[in-house]
Amino acid sequence: MEQDPVSRNEPVSSPHRASETHPAPNPAAPGHSRRVFLFNVALALNGIVGVVLAIPIVGYLLGPAIKKRSSDFGWIDLGKIGDYPEGETRLKDFRNPVTTAWDGQTGDIPCWVRRIAGSDFQVFAINCAHLGCPVRWFAQSKLFLCPCHGGAYYQDGSRASGPPERGLFEYEHKIENGNLMIRAGKLPTLAAKNCGGPRLTQIEPAPSANAQNTTPPEESTPGSDAWPA
Amino acid sequence: MAGVKQTAIGVYNWFERRLGLARPAIDAAEHPVPSNTSSWWYVFGSAATVILLLQVVTGILLALVYAPTASQAWSSLQFLDHNIELGWFLRALHGWGSDFMVAVVLIHLAQVFLFGAYKFPRELTWIVGVFLLLCTLGMAFTGQVLRFDQDAYWGLGIGASILSRVPFIGGALVDLMLGGPIIAGQTLSRFFALHVFVIPGTLLALVAVHLWMVLRLGINDWPMPGRLVSKKTYVAEYHQLTEKTGIPFVPDAAWKDAVFAAVILLAIVACALWFGPFGPTGQPDPTIIETAPKPDFAFLWIYAVLAYLPPQLETPVMFIAPIIAIGAMLLLPLVSGEGEKHWSRRPVAVLMLAVIAVTLGAFTRLGMYTPWSPIMNAWTGDPVPVAYLKDRTPLERAGAIVFENKQCRNCHSIGGAGGMRGPALDGIASRMTEDQIIRQVLQGGGNMPAYGNALSPAETTALVHFLTTLRAGRLPAAIDASRTVAGSGPGAPGPAGRIVPAPAK
Repeated sequence: MEQDPVSRNEPVSSPHRASETHPAPNPAAPGHSRRVFLFNVALALNGIVGVVLAIPIVGYLLGPAIKKRSSDFGWIDLGKIGDYPEGETRLKDFRNPVTTAWDGQTGDIPCWVRRIAGSDFQVFAINCAHLGCPVRWFAQSKLFLCPCHGGAYYQDGSRASGPPERGLFEYEHKIENGNLMIRAGKLPTLAAKNCGGPRLTQIEPAPSANAQNTTPPEESTPGSDAWPA
Repeated sequence: MAGVKQTAIGVYNWFERRLGLARPAIDAAEHPVPSNTSSWWYVFGSAATVILLLQVVTGILLALVYAPTASQAWSSLQFLDHNIELGWFLRALHGWGSDFMVAVVLIHLAQVFLFGAYKFPRELTWIVGVFLLLCTLGMAFTGQVLRFDQDAYWGLGIGASILSRVPFIGGALVDLMLGGPIIAGQTLSRFFALHVFVIPGTLLALVAVHLWMVLRLGINDWPMPGRLVSKKTYVAEYHQLTEKTGIPFVPDAAWKDAVFAAVILLAIVACALWFGPFGPTGQPDPTIIETAPKPDFAFLWIYAVLAYLPPQLETPVMFIAPIIAIGAMLLLPLVSGEGEKHWSRRPVAVLMLAVIAVTLGAFTRLGMYTPWSPIMNAWTGDPVPVAYLKDRTPLERAGAIVFENKQCRNCHSIGGAGGMRGPALDGIASRMTEDQIIRQVLQGGGNMPAYGNALSPAETTALVHFLTTLRAGRLPAAIDASRTVAGSGPGAPGPAGRIVPAPAK
């Protein structure tokens, strides 16, 4: 099934074929071996130039991965702690510490702030620990639910059910001059630094004595001891 | 007239003398092919190529207006849809063209596989085809990102989360994918570069190689049961067949390709006119969390698989399965390059194709209605049906309110409304006893979170009382066999350790 590339009717010749206008190259022509040598030298030269070019190009490409990670993070002021009622979990937006001028809305990052009591806070990333979709807080059932694949988390961020392997990502936080500060800046994923340890517990009924003491004021304190007889 | 014709021939000759392209092109078009390759089954490859050209043209036209920056992309799509004359139609053509291209490429792959076309000497044609498939899917994914809306934003989050699970280099891969610390301007820019330069360039080059090999090796002859492919004899046999039954590809075989290409293009135009462009959905603003992101059609099956995999299996499957799948496709022609081509004598191949097709279809269907996802606002919607409140005690009705209030319906349906993540509760009391319901509500288990912390004892009591009234139709309430055993003598364990049921009352 080979094609016949030589034209049948046209008196046109391909310039790379031996014909009357382009005689076949003569390997024995004087100076041939010298030119072969020079060509090889030129190839080697291009190889070196290629490497010289490749180093900065690869460096440019890998730039985002090589950059020091700590420079992505910064302390962000989430406002007065008085803005967060005790025993409640509120959605709070902040501007990412590192943005570009053309990031637009994508530079605004939401997080869930849970004020347990007094200066006892937990700040969760919005991203589900399964595949990063935005989890929503349901105050009545005290669950974070993920719309994508149905991951569920308890109010303290620990895994409740569904496909996530661990609890929600938690931001490092501190209180300065009555303001809640969190350390953020990078999309929380299983590989990022701000992920805490894995929590693989399937059922965590009463999240330690901590939660027992700091239940919302209006509500009674249910727990494993609240079973009806 | 004769003068005009002479002039035309003269102009043609002037160019041809310098270019020398027309003759080889005509020769290639008219090359003889076995007459049995002129089939309606052999039209998918050329149709995919035609759709690719449509995508290139519509893509360039969209790029005239699209603004590839995170802050402006979404607005520029709105502008295309509403302010540019026929901008919506171009977007629709490009979007539907993408769906059709994925579909036609998959059909082409299935046809080529069923017809054994990957066997000697066309192994490399198949291998290049596998990369073409990957490029096509890559275009579909990056294109979905360029439609920079909520789905695109969270789709990128899903992509980053998947990459972050790669052992050791996961973090670096996420950084490379996003181009910065978060999903933002630099992320969109790199997906723009991928969608507009890198992948299309690769795709066009590979299509050229693919087509070149089809020309060089000839179109796969129609398989016949019992006509085995052997590396020693195949080429000679194919030559013989071509000599004996050869017809010029253009026009004798190609007219079917041309008709089908026109039909496919018309179908794309019809879909574009009828259904319009895809999205964009909401703005790519991560602070708007009232969203249920979903990938485009071609990736729904992956979305579904990721919902059903057990957590501990997920990471290994995510990375090992694609390697096995792509590796198997690449190795297929090298492992099975000879032998029977006809589907009727390759039952394993037919079965594999059927199983894969049904699996992908089933997962895609599931991905369309996402039964695993909680319906995030079900509890605020339909009330508990009146029928379930009739003749109930005040306590049971209080339980119905608890049921409504505690968002049980996000996951459980009752009266046909609500989520499908958990079982429908219409007949729960005929399946579970009161004790079992209490345990399930407070401690969770299976796929259900524990509600011990979210319910007061009073609420629990009311809720459970309400649930125990839910028996589908006239089914009796569930009974606890062990209670019966404990309560009455005859229920004691029998000689073989089996429980003797208590006598009916």
